[in-house]
Amino acid sequence: MSQHSIIERLRGKFGDAIGAWREMAEGSEYQRRMGSYLEILAPQSLLDICFFLRDESELQFDSLLLISSVDNADSTLSVVYHIESTILGNHLAFKVTLPADDAHLPSVTSVWAHANWHEREAWDMMGVHFDGHPDHRRILLDEDWPGHPLRKDFKEPAFYHGMKVPY
Amino acid sequence: MESGNILVTSTETLFNWARLSSLWQMSFGLACCAIEMFAASASHYDMMRFGVIPRPSPRQSDIIIVSGTVTLKMATRIKMLYEQMADPKYVISMGNCSNCGGPYWEHGYHVLKGVDRIIPVDVYIPGCPPRPEALLEGLMKLQEKVREQSFAKNEYA
Amino acid sequence: MPEILERRTIKHSTLATTTHVHAPEEVERGRLRTEEMVLNMGPQHPSTHGVLRLEVVLDGEIVVDVIPHIGYLHRCFEKHAEALTYPQIIPYVDRMDYISAMSGEHGYVTAVERMMNVEVPEKVEYIRVLFAELQRIASHLIAIGTYGLDAGAFTPFLYCLRDRESILEMFEKTCGARFLYNYMWVGGLSHDLHPDVLGMCRAFVKVNRETHTEVNNLLTFNHIFVERTANIGILDPLVAVNCGASGPMLRGCGVKWDIRKNDPYSIYDRFDFDVAVGSNDLGTLGDAFNRHWVRMLEWEQSLNIIEQILEQYPRNDMTDVQSAIPRRLKAPAGEIYSRTETPRGELGYYIVSRGDVKPWRVKVRSPAFSNLSILPLISRGYLIADLVVILGSIDIVLGEVDR
Repeated sequence: MSQHSIIERLRGKFGDAIGAWREMAEGSEYQRRMGSYLEILAPQSLLDICFFLRDESELQFDSLLLISSVDNADSTLSVVYHIESTILGNHLAFKVTLPADDAHLPSVTSVWAHANWHEREAWDMMGVHFDGHPDHRRILLDEDWPGHPLRKDFKEPAFYHGMKVPY
Repeated sequence: MESGNILVTSTETLFNWARLSSLWQMSFGLACCAIEMFAASASHYDMMRFGVIPRPSPRQSDIIIVSGTVTLKMATRIKMLYEQMADPKYVISMGNCSNCGGPYWEHGYHVLKGVDRIIPVDVYIPGCPPRPEALLEGLMKLQEKVREQSFAKNEYA
Repeated sequence: MPEILERRTIKHSTLATTTHVHAPEEVERGRLRTEEMVLNMGPQHPSTHGVLRLEVVLDGEIVVDVIPHIGYLHRCFEKHAEALTYPQIIPYVDRMDYISAMSGEHGYVTAVERMMNVEVPEKVEYIRVLFAELQRIASHLIAIGTYGLDAGAFTPFLYCLRDRESILEMFEKTCGARFLYNYMWVGGLSHDLHPDVLGMCRAFVKVNRETHTEVNNLLTFNHIFVERTANIGILDPLVAVNCGASGPMLRGCGVKWDIRKNDPYSIYDRFDFDVAVGSNDLGTLGDAFNRHWVRMLEWEQSLNIIEQILEQYPRNDMTDVQSAIPRRLKAPAGEIYSRTETPRGELGYYIVSRGDVKPWRVKVRSPAFSNLSILPLISRGYLIADLVVILGSIDIVLGEVDR
């Protein structure tokens, strides 16, 4: 099943929740396969889409590769999911864009357990809140760390627990 | 002899000799440099011939080799470990990261730029990472320092 | 396609790890009521392989739950990647997975080359694969040696590090550095292969095959070691895929999945090698012993690949190894996910570019991070002494977990 027919399946099932398919205009076969992504317009139906992708017998996306968060510097954040079917060999990426000051997404931990630490990392580094996450804490930094460091407007603190931070 | 105190000089020599020949090390690896520290204590370089034996507890050790990047989250723990060690205690800062922040000095928002901001350091070893030979030389420099210590100047505390 | 040996239906909803501790039914309790105890392990602990902290909830000697706390070595790699140009990032990639720096570099330069459509000379590809496989052996030597230490065997550690030194000698001869190299550049290499290295390599393969047998006899088939490691930390193959395990962790449960075969990169399609998987011979499929056993088998396969490289290597090719390096390193706008197989598993780079000399965002899918997140699942219900052995079998590198 090619990536295009997978997207047609999704469009048929979820309609308007599925946005455009972004492909790298020119490039190698690898770039087209691993550099393209699908836009998802309705964050609230993300969980249903993920369950559909995992459980449908023609799709069987049983493995989540990673969840990345990107600051677009126009007061929006994007969260990108890369998934793969180890049974059928397909690969798919999809992207959800959220407002930076109120970034909420449903957690997909119940679909892929691998999402657990990746979602915690996205919260820690970028400040995306995942509703329904079983263990929603910071993962790399301490709980009292000010701000989310991978946002483009992050300023490092001058002092942290009495220790000078800048060089 | 010239600057030493005549009453305690032989005792000092004995104590210093004993101390410098059995600098027990806290087995504590932080980052990349820890692998070079392993390599220094394994077969090829054999650090144990200097009397450096890794001990798992800070209570039993004399030196702490800060081998790698000290992050802000780790810094308070290192300070606590240092405070748990019994006097006299020595610190070797191994590698650029613990000397001054190393390659993370500019954008490393979570990196402490130099372990000497939290604990006193006796010997600095430059390098990213320092070769095991450099670590051995650092140890010998520390041994020289221990050999010169004296009661009279209150250098044991 | 993976061959999952055993297919059972599992409830995916039961997989999510929880913070609230509930003693699972498998934990057999005595008739007396016992209090649970929380034990703190690390960040300074000889068996945590770095600065990892584990919060262990115990019922007597039985592990009820393990909560890993990471981030003690968070060195802000992703922030650095946004502030530096593409070639400047390579030294930081080295310091991320510091036990197998060559493999990390190989993954990163492959990702950037795929993004920029750079063709690499054949000779460069041969040197890269040779060094990546030597690095895989060096990394497995450390993993196996320290795993012996965890299980109480000291001698194999010394044997393993002796052989590792001869690998480092080859690297040092070629690029001048012992273990953080900055050797693979985008489109080329920093130095050509030193003329002595091929001969050293041939001698090394011969010696190393003997060490392999020796370590097998000393450690792998040692009765005490098998008793310590077999039948503990069992991971189900379906759970492993769902939890994102990769590398020896995934292959130890019988899933035949290797990026070198399943999504080939570089010139791995030219070599003949097997993907090692675990078996039921000495332990149970997916237990700690099988993860060690897969590493032993992979070590042998890497030696096979090196022998094939030594045969095929274009000796008369006088191409300059820096001839294909682009003068201006500027990636086109777009994004890519590229992955390679490192000794620890699938190392992926997700790079977003806006057509600048610096990447807009680099996210690393680090295998050790994903593998470590499974630790609570596979250590519940075992003894506290087994926890160290289970943790050692995952083979984590904290630099890569925390980045």
